[in-house]
This record gives sequence, C-alpha cells and structure tokens, in this order.
Amino acid sequence: MSLHNILTVYRKELRDSLRDRRTLISMIVIPMLMIPGIMIAVAGITMKMVNKAREEIPTVMVLGGDDSPVLRAALAKNPKLRLAPFAADWKRQISDKQLRAAVEIPAGFEAALDRGAPAEIEIYNYEGELRSDLAAGELRDFLNGYREKTVTDRLVARGLPATLVKPFETKTQNVAPPEKVTGNRFGGMIPYLFILLCFTGAMYPAMDLTAGEKERGTMETILCSPVARTDLVLGKFLMVLTASLTTAVVSIVTTGITFVIIGLMAGASAAARSGAMPTLDPAGLLLVMALVLPVAVLFCSVLLAVSLFAKSIKEASSYATPLIILIIVPAMMGMMPGVELNARLALVPVLNIALASKELVSGVFHWNYLALIFGSTCVYAAAALAVCVRMFNREDVLFRT
Amino acid sequence: MIQARNLTKVFHDKKRGEIRAVDDLSFICRPGQIYGLLGANGAGKTTTLRLLATLLRPTSGSATVAGFDTVAEPERVRASVGFLATSTALYGRLTARETITYFARLNGLSDAAIAERVARLADELELHEFLDRRVEKFSTGMKQKTSIARTLVHDPAVLIFDEPTVGLDVMTARNIIRFVRDCRSRGKTVIYSTHVMSEVEKICDTIGVIHQGRLVAEGPLAALQERYHEQDLEEIFIRAVGADKEDAA
Repeated sequence: MSLHNILTVYRKELRDSLRDRRTLISMIVIPMLMIPGIMIAVAGITMKMVNKAREEIPTVMVLGGDDSPVLRAALAKNPKLRLAPFAADWKRQISDKQLRAAVEIPAGFEAALDRGAPAEIEIYNYEGELRSDLAAGELRDFLNGYREKTVTDRLVARGLPATLVKPFETKTQNVAPPEKVTGNRFGGMIPYLFILLCFTGAMYPAMDLTAGEKERGTMETILCSPVARTDLVLGKFLMVLTASLTTAVVSIVTTGITFVIIGLMAGASAAARSGAMPTLDPAGLLLVMALVLPVAVLFCSVLLAVSLFAKSIKEASSYATPLIILIIVPAMMGMMPGVELNARLALVPVLNIALASKELVSGVFHWNYLALIFGSTCVYAAAALAVCVRMFNREDVLFRT
Repeated sequence: MIQARNLTKVFHDKKRGEIRAVDDLSFICRPGQIYGLLGANGAGKTTTLRLLATLLRPTSGSATVAGFDTVAEPERVRASVGFLATSTALYGRLTARETITYFARLNGLSDAAIAERVARLADELELHEFLDRRVEKFSTGMKQKTSIARTLVHDPAVLIFDEPTVGLDVMTARNIIRFVRDCRSRGKTVIYSTHVMSEVEKICDTIGVIHQGRLVAEGPLAALQERYHEQDLEEIFIRAVGADKEDAA
C-alpha cells in the first residue's frame, strides 16, 4: 500500500468531482439551499395558516335547545363564537367547510339540569380539519366552563363551598434539564437525518467513480497504470467519504441555522418555552458524529462495491436506490417510543446509533454500549471496505459485459 | 521484451458455458520490433493484450513483460508498459496537463521530472495550444495526442496498442501510425493489434495471425507470403484462419 498513490488518486478524484456540476449539486447545493428552503417555506406557510385559523371567529350552529334559552343565550353572547341560523343540511355544510362545527342541545336540557337528571350535549365537527377542530375545542371549553358554573351555583345555593367537588388541584411540572427533554424529542431525529444524508451524499460520487468510469472508458485507463488496486480503491473511497461527510455536515449546519430562523419567525422565547427549539448536549452531539463516522465508512464501501458491479450509472442507480430502505427502516425503528438500547440491539448497524443518539444528545452516556456500537460498526465498516477491495481485484466485475 | 508461453484464458458464461478466449498462445516480441497481432473481431486479440497488461490473469500459461512476470509482479509490469486502446479514454473534467501529470505521479515521477516530461511531450506532440484546456472540449485528434502523451509519460520499455485507430479519421490514424513507428525507432518493444491489413503491412516486423484464441500463423510478412504462396495479406489471412475451406465447404 502506498500513501503517495492513495493521496494522488484522492486529490485527482476530488478535483474531478468538484468540477462535476451533479456532484456539487448533491453535495452542497441541495443540503445548503434546498433542504433549509423547503423547511422554512413549510414552517412559514404552516405558521401563517395556524395563525389565520386561530384569528378566525368560527361559525357554529346550535341544533335544538329551543327549551333551553339560558344556554342558547350564553352561547350567543360568547364573543369567540359566531352562531349561524339552523339549516337542515348542517352536516353537508360542515363537510364543505362552510360551517366549522355544530352543537346539539337535547330537548328538555335545562329542565333536566334543574331536576339534577343526567344530560348529554353533543359536538359535531370535521375531524382532522384544523379550523373545525379549533371550533370544536372552543365549544368544549365553553361548555366545560358552563358546567363548572352550574356546579358552583348549585353548591352556593346549598350553602356549600366550591372545594367540595374539587378538594385538590393537580399540576405537572418538568424537572429534567431542557436538553434531556428536547434530546428525547429530537435525539432520534438528528442521527436519522445525519445517517440518511451520509448515505445520499455518498450515492452519486460512488456511482460516478466506479460505474461512471466504466461507462466513460476511463476505468481501463487507470487500471493500466502501476497503481495497486488497493491504493486505487482507498483513494476513491476517501473521495466518496469526503462527499458523504460534507453533505451531512453542511446539512446539519444549515438545518441548525434553519431551526434558528424558524424560531425567530415563531417568536424565539415562546418556542423555547414550548420546547420547539432544541437544546442539545454538545458533548453528546460530538459523540453522535463520532459514532456516525464508521457508519459513513460502511455506506461508502457498500455503495462503491455495489456500483462497481454495475456497467453504467443507470444500472448502479437501480442497485443503490433500494438500499435507502435498508437505512430508513432501522433508523425509523430507533425513533419509535419504547425501543431501548440493549447489548443485542447495540450490534444492529444503524439502529444501534439511532438508539444511542437519543440518549447521547440528552447527556446520558452508557459507555459500555457506546464501545460495543463503535467497535461493531468499525468491524462492519472494515469488512465492507475489504469486500470493496476484493471487488476491485475481480476481473469479472471490472470487465463485466 | 514480451514473451508469452502457452498463454490461456478461459471465461465462464452462464449461457454459453466455457469460452476459451485465448488458447495456448506462445510468441516473443523483441525490442525495436513491432509485433502485429492480426485477427477478426472476437479472435482473442484484446484478451491477449489485457493479459499482457495484467488487466486479466491467465487461466494457465504465463507471460513476462520487460522481464517481469505478469502474475507475480503485475505492478512492475504495468510500470514498464504503455497501453493505448480505443477503450482507454481520458478524464473529461481534467486538462491535458493534469491528465499527464496524474499518470506521471502514479508512475512515481518527481515534480521536477514531471515538469520536464510534460514540457518535452508538449513539444513533441504539439500539445501547447490545448495543454491547459479541459479534455471534454477536445477534438478526437487532440484527445488522441493527449492519450499518447499519457501512454509515454513514464517512458515505458514496452508499448501495447489495441486497435488504436478504430473510429479515427485518416489524419488522426496517420498520426498514430507515425507514433508507433517512432516507438520502434527508439528501441521500444511494440505489440500492435488490429484487423486492418494495410496497417499491418505498413508497420509490423512480425505478424501473428490469431483465430479463435489460437496463433494459427506467425512470421515476417515475406515469410508468410512465401509459406502461403500469396502476395496479398488478406488472402494469406483467409487461408491461415481456414476461412477458404469453410467457404468451399
């Protein structure tokens, strides 16, 4: 093995790739402009829509309740609701989004209240439709308040204190540091993004440097030179790894900046209070990146080997694209609630890192599992790289017809 | 010098079964000589040359190139060989200078030696005009000149040409032929594969006729003419590969 040759190949591949518009687009332009652009646009539109929906006074319809004038009058007086006159096609109006919700007061409701008999009020809405859900929420809040007022009035009438039916209050308060809370919430997301970007960033260069070279006829040219196959593979591998890590780092940095921009758009203080602004443990984040490094090596080696087998970029793409599923499934499993890291799962590539990252960014360090994850991933990466070198020595792969 | 001894290469194809692309081939190619490997498409010329350039490993038999065994010392063989074929393309996004420098570096040349070699090759092959332009913008002739410079940058003792004029226009092909002759006059060992009879007649000192992977005739043009009682190389070739008997049958 010659370091001089490895670096010569690497430098050449780097120069070649930096002059390739497609590599630059996949490595820099997409993560730097497209991902933040889409995130900011989606967040902006969503916030605008939610704010507009919140500002709207929902139109609701009261069904029945002609014999319950007090409740009807209270509903009509509520400034947060606009009452629509009764119409028989109210269900269609809700479906057509002309009416946000309807509330049905049963016959003899107030008489039943006076007798102390049970009664039921029903709210009808368009489930999943933001404005309809907000209207239903408003109706629910109003009726809860009305119920509480009824109970208080009854107690007062009997000369009893209001605490009789509400002897104590319950209140939930978070005592975990903010980075642990957001770590739990975002811990799975960050490595998932990082892992996926490492893979997608490596995909095009891996195909271009192998199948692409076969297609353009330059593979035979370089194979004729005295450079050893191992040096050639390592030089190309370093280039693919560079592209992979650059894509991931650029994406993470731009995603971080995007979060800040979105936070500013939403009002930073409100977002921080609600936990929307991730506060992550910096040491944990660094460890996540250290764990992702052997995974990136694994991806680059597998992609190089798979692409080398192909005769053209098109063929390589048909082999490499389905591999994304193999990355997404374990990464998604790591994000599922209840799946916890153990010795067995620490040996499953990708899933192990997704699970460990959740804890790492929360500032929890299980060093024994981390060592197991790092060690096993390094072994897988080394094995994949060895397979890749082996493939470069197989003439039936290099000269496949 | 190139020496092939009972060189055999067998490929295994799922549909066609065992294919003997090169079958028990033995020949010697000496310094200062051009050995022409003449054969039809699929005769085994490219496989033979790929075996000599260590791109493929022989199934049996052996070959030495510039004194090195192709299996035991493939990297030293490649360091002694310049390989030029229509299938050996150039990197489109590099300039001619970067291309020559890259291959010089892989051949272990120092920076000073590279600068001197690039300047000399640029003079000899008239590359100055496009030396710092990207190869993807080159005409076929410019590409061919850059390929020649790439082949010669490490001053190899042995040159292997695999149908280097296929698809080229007359002027570019003439340049290639001139360059091959230059190599011989510089004392290089040259092996040249082609199926173009006129090229073989013009430049080859020894002709090896290859058919279905086997060497069916070998010798200088005059000796072949005498052996087959024919002046025309095409007729000699037809008789050597036995196509005349097949036609008659």
